[in-house]
Amino acid sequence: MEALIDIALIPILKVVVVVFGFAMAIGTVLTWVERKQSAFIQRRVGPNRANLGPITAFGLLHLVADGIKMILKEDIIPDGSNKVLHMMAPALGLLPVMIIFAIVPFMDFYCHGTNVVIDGMDYCFAEGGIGAGVVRLDELANPLYNPRLGHYFQIADLQAGLLYMFAVTGVSVYGAAIAGWASNSKFSLMGGLRASAQMISYEISMGLSLAGLLMIYATIDVNDIVREQGDLLFGFLPAWGIFMQPVAFVLFLTASIAESKRAPFDMPEAESELVAGYFTEYSSMKFAVFSLGEFVAVVFIAAITATLFLGGWHVPWLYADGFHFGFDAWTGGAATTTAEAVSAYAAANPPDLALPYPLVVFLRIGAFITKTILLCFLQLQLRWTLPRFRYDQVMHLGWKVLLPISLLNLVVTAFFVLI
Amino acid sequence: MSAADIKKLGRKFRKAVLDTSDRLGMDTALIDKSALREVITYLRDDEKMQYNFLRDVTCVDYLHRQPRFEVVYVLYSMPRKTQVVIKAVVEEDEPVIDSIHDLYGCANWGEREVWDMYGIQFTGHPELRRILLYEEFEGHPLRKDYEKTASQPRMELLAPERDALQEFKDYQSGREDSGSRAN
Amino acid sequence: MPELEDLDVNEFHTEPMVLNMGPSHPAMHGTVRMVLTLDGETVVKCDPEIGYLHRGFEKECESATYTQCFPYTDRLNYVSPLLNNFGFALAVEKLLEIEVPPRGNYVRTIMGEISRISDHLTCLSAGALELGGFSAFLYGIEGRELIWDLHETVTGARLTTSYARIGGVRDDLPEDFVPMWKMTRERLNDIWNDVNDLLTRNRIFMDRMQGTGVITPEEAISHGFVGPCLRSTGVDYDVRKDHPYFAYGEVDFEVPVGSTGDNFDRYLVRLAETKQSIRIIDQCLAKMPGGPVNCDDPRVVLPAKHDVYNSIEGMINHFKIIFEGIQVPAGEIYSYTEGGNGELGYYIVSNGTGKPWKVKVRSPSFYMMSAVTKMIEGGMIADIIPTFDTINMIGGEIDR
Repeated sequence: MEALIDIALIPILKVVVVVFGFAMAIGTVLTWVERKQSAFIQRRVGPNRANLGPITAFGLLHLVADGIKMILKEDIIPDGSNKVLHMMAPALGLLPVMIIFAIVPFMDFYCHGTNVVIDGMDYCFAEGGIGAGVVRLDELANPLYNPRLGHYFQIADLQAGLLYMFAVTGVSVYGAAIAGWASNSKFSLMGGLRASAQMISYEISMGLSLAGLLMIYATIDVNDIVREQGDLLFGFLPAWGIFMQPVAFVLFLTASIAESKRAPFDMPEAESELVAGYFTEYSSMKFAVFSLGEFVAVVFIAAITATLFLGGWHVPWLYADGFHFGFDAWTGGAATTTAEAVSAYAAANPPDLALPYPLVVFLRIGAFITKTILLCFLQLQLRWTLPRFRYDQVMHLGWKVLLPISLLNLVVTAFFVLI
Repeated sequence: MSAADIKKLGRKFRKAVLDTSDRLGMDTALIDKSALREVITYLRDDEKMQYNFLRDVTCVDYLHRQPRFEVVYVLYSMPRKTQVVIKAVVEEDEPVIDSIHDLYGCANWGEREVWDMYGIQFTGHPELRRILLYEEFEGHPLRKDYEKTASQPRMELLAPERDALQEFKDYQSGREDSGSRAN
Repeated sequence: MPELEDLDVNEFHTEPMVLNMGPSHPAMHGTVRMVLTLDGETVVKCDPEIGYLHRGFEKECESATYTQCFPYTDRLNYVSPLLNNFGFALAVEKLLEIEVPPRGNYVRTIMGEISRISDHLTCLSAGALELGGFSAFLYGIEGRELIWDLHETVTGARLTTSYARIGGVRDDLPEDFVPMWKMTRERLNDIWNDVNDLLTRNRIFMDRMQGTGVITPEEAISHGFVGPCLRSTGVDYDVRKDHPYFAYGEVDFEVPVGSTGDNFDRYLVRLAETKQSIRIIDQCLAKMPGGPVNCDDPRVVLPAKHDVYNSIEGMINHFKIIFEGIQVPAGEIYSYTEGGNGELGYYIVSNGTGKPWKVKVRSPSFYMMSAVTKMIEGGMIADIIPTFDTINMIGGEIDR
C-alpha cells in the first residue's frame, strides 16, 4: 500500500498539480493578465465584458469564453498541406514545454524528522535528535540515502536536471518548423524557417550562460543548485545566482525569451509582416494549443530563472527552522563529521526567529510562486514595450554578441573559481 | 524671374515655342511636341535655369478644339525657387509624345497615369501600362467623351462557381434556389 | 550521384520565391499590392501595384461645382483632411483673384496645423505598431483622438471635415476652442514625451530604422519627393517657408531637416515637426485678429442666413451660388500648399462656368510610392515595413 502510494499516487498527484494545476493554470491566466497588463500600460481598460449575469470578475470569464470559442470553431486544414504533420505540429509545440516542468522544484525535500541548519543548508536528521557517531552530510541531503526525505515538490529529481532541460528545449524546435512546413503557405514557411534558425542559435547561448553557474555551484541537479543558493556570502548576502553571475542572468533571460519566440524576438510570428507566421493556417483548438504552449513557455522561463538565479524556493535568510541572519563557518566538511560537532554547531547557531516547519514550507512555496509570477510580469512588460528585432539582427545578437559574452563569462568565472 | 526664363526659352527655341503667357503668375510656354525633350533637357541642365524638380505631368482635354490635348509639365527650380509650365500640344488623331522618364524619375509613373486616363502614348517609356485602373479596363476615363455610365468588363474569376454578382442577380430576380446556401 | 566533395555550394539550384504582399495585408497602409521576388530574405525585385482605392476623384470633380468638390478633397489624404480642403480653396481663390481676410487665414493656419499633428502622430504610431512596439502606437492614437475631438468641436466631423469654403471657412472657431486647445496641448506634450522616450533612443528601434530605406537627395529630387521625406535627405524645401501662404509668413517656426535620408531621419523629422506645429498654433492663437472669416464678395460667399430668408436678393444670391456654382473666370492655376506628406498641388483648369473643367491633384505620396522600389530592392523583407511606414503613403492620396 505504501509502495503503491509512493510509486503511483504521489507522482501522479505531482504531475497533476504541477503541470495542470500550476503550469497550465498560470499559463491560461497569463493570457488574461497579458491583456489586462497591456491595457494598463496603454491607458485603456482591457477585457471586462464577459459575464454570467451580474458577475464580470474583471474579465476573467473571458478565459472561459475563449475556451468555449476555441473548441467550437471550425477546424480548417489547408488544401495542399500534409495532414499528418499539420495535426502533429501543435502537439510538438506544447508537449516539450509541459514535460520540461518535471525538473522544476517547488520546495526542497520534505523532512519527516528534525531539521538542522548547517551554514546555509538544511539537513534532515532522525526524529528525536542528531544521534551519535559519524554523520555523512552529503548522504543526508540525498533522498536515495535518506528515507526521511519526502519527494513531494519536484516531479523528477534528476541528477542531470539541466541536461534534461536542454534536451527538451532542443526538441521544441520541431513544433515551429513542422508547423511552418505543413501549412503549404509561403508566409508560414518563412515563419517556420525563421523560428528554427532563431531557436537553434539561442540554445547555444542559453547553455553557455549557465556553464559559469554550474561551475560555481558544482552540480547540475536543479534542486541542489537551489540548496546551494542558501549559502550566505560575506555573512549576509544570499548566494543567489543573480549575485554570483549577474551577466549570466541577463544572458540567460535574453536567450530564453528568444528561445520562446516572445517579443522582442517574435520575428517568426511578426504580425505585420507575415500575418501570423508559422501558425497562420491554424484555427480553433490547434491555434489554442500553440498559444498555450507559448504561455506555458513563459511560465517555465520564469520558473527556471527564478530557480537558478533568484534562489528558487528560498526566502532570504529563512531556513528550515526559522530565520538565521548569519552563520558561523562550518569546518567539518561534507562527508565525514561527527554528530557531536553537528550538535555543537547547532547549539551555537540557533535561529534568530524560530518558525514551525509547516509554515516554512508554506512560505517557501509561496516565495517560489511569487518569483515566478514576478518574472512572468517582467516578460509581459517587455513584450508590450519593445519593438521587435529584424531577422538578421536577431542572428547577429545571438551569434556575435551573446555567444562571445557567455564565453567570456565562462572564462572569467573559471578564473575566479580557481583562485 | 520665371517670366524672364520664359522669354529666354522663347528666344532659344524660336520655332518650337508657339505661345507664352503669364496669367495669374503661371509662366507658361506652349511648345510643339517634337521639341519636348530638347526644351526640358535645356531647362533642367542649363546652369541659369536649373529646373531640377518635375512637379507634375498631366494632360488637359479640350474637347471641341483642335489640337485636342495638351500635355502639361510643371517644372520647379529648387535652388532658384521659380516655377515654369511647359505645355506640349498633342493632336487627337496622333496621341503620341516623347517620354521624359530618363530626365526625371517621377515622370515614369506620371506618364503611366496620363496614358491610363487620357490614352496618350509616350514613346520610349519602359513599361507603359495602366496604373490606377486594372488591365481589362476599356477606354480612357478622363477624356471628355468617355461615357460615364459605361459598364466595364470584369476580371477573370478564380472561382466561377462562387460568383457573387451572379448570386445577387439571382436573388434580385426572385429565384428561389439562389444564395450562398443553395449548393 | 555526385560525390560530396564535388558539390560546390554556389552551384546549388536555388529559385527565387515570389511573395505577394497583397492588398489585404496588415502592413500595407491603404491597400497597395507589392509583388516581391525574394532570394531568401533579400528583396531582389519589387513591383508595386496601386489603384485599389481609385474612386475617380478627378472625373467626379468635373461634374460637381467647386464647393461640391470639398468632400472629395477630404478623402484624399484622409489623415489630414483639413490641409487638403484648404489647399483646394486656395487654388480656386487664386483663380478668382480674391483675398481671404486675415482672420480667415489665421483660422486656416490653426486648423491646418492641427490636422498636420494628427497626420504625423498617425504615421509615428503606425511605425511603432508595425515594428512591434504596441504601447507607443496606442499613446499616439490617444493623441489623435484628442485632435479629432478638436476637429469635431470646430467642424462638426472627426475625419471628413469639409471645413473650407471658397473665400474663407465655413464658420468661425467656437468659444470653447481656446480652453480645449490648452488642455489638449498639455496632454499632447505628455504623449510626445512618452513616445519620444519609448522609441527615439530605443536600441531595437534604432537598429531597425537606421540605415534602412535610404535615398540620396539627388534621387529624391528626381523622383519628386517632397515634405518630411525630402527634408530627411537634407534638402531644405518647405512650402510654408519658401512660398508662404495663409498666416505662415507671420509666425516663427523652424523646419527640421535631416541628413541621411533613412527611415530614422524621417521619423525624427516628423517627430520634430509635431512640436513645431504646436508652436505655430500657439503663436497664431496669440496673434489672431478679429473680423470676419469669409471675404465679403457676394459672388463667392453665401450670404448670411437671415438675409437668405428675409430678402429676395439674399435668396437669389444663395440660389445662384448653390445651383450654378461659383462662376470662376476661365484660366488655369497650379497652386501648392504643404500637406501632411509634403507639397500638395492642385492643377485646376476652369472654363468660366461653375464647374471645373479639370482638377488634378499632385499628391506627394504618388511619386514617393514610385521611388519605393529603389529604397526596398536590395534590402531585406523586414525592412519593407519601416520604409512603408515612414514614407507615409496614404492610399486615398495615391489612388485618388
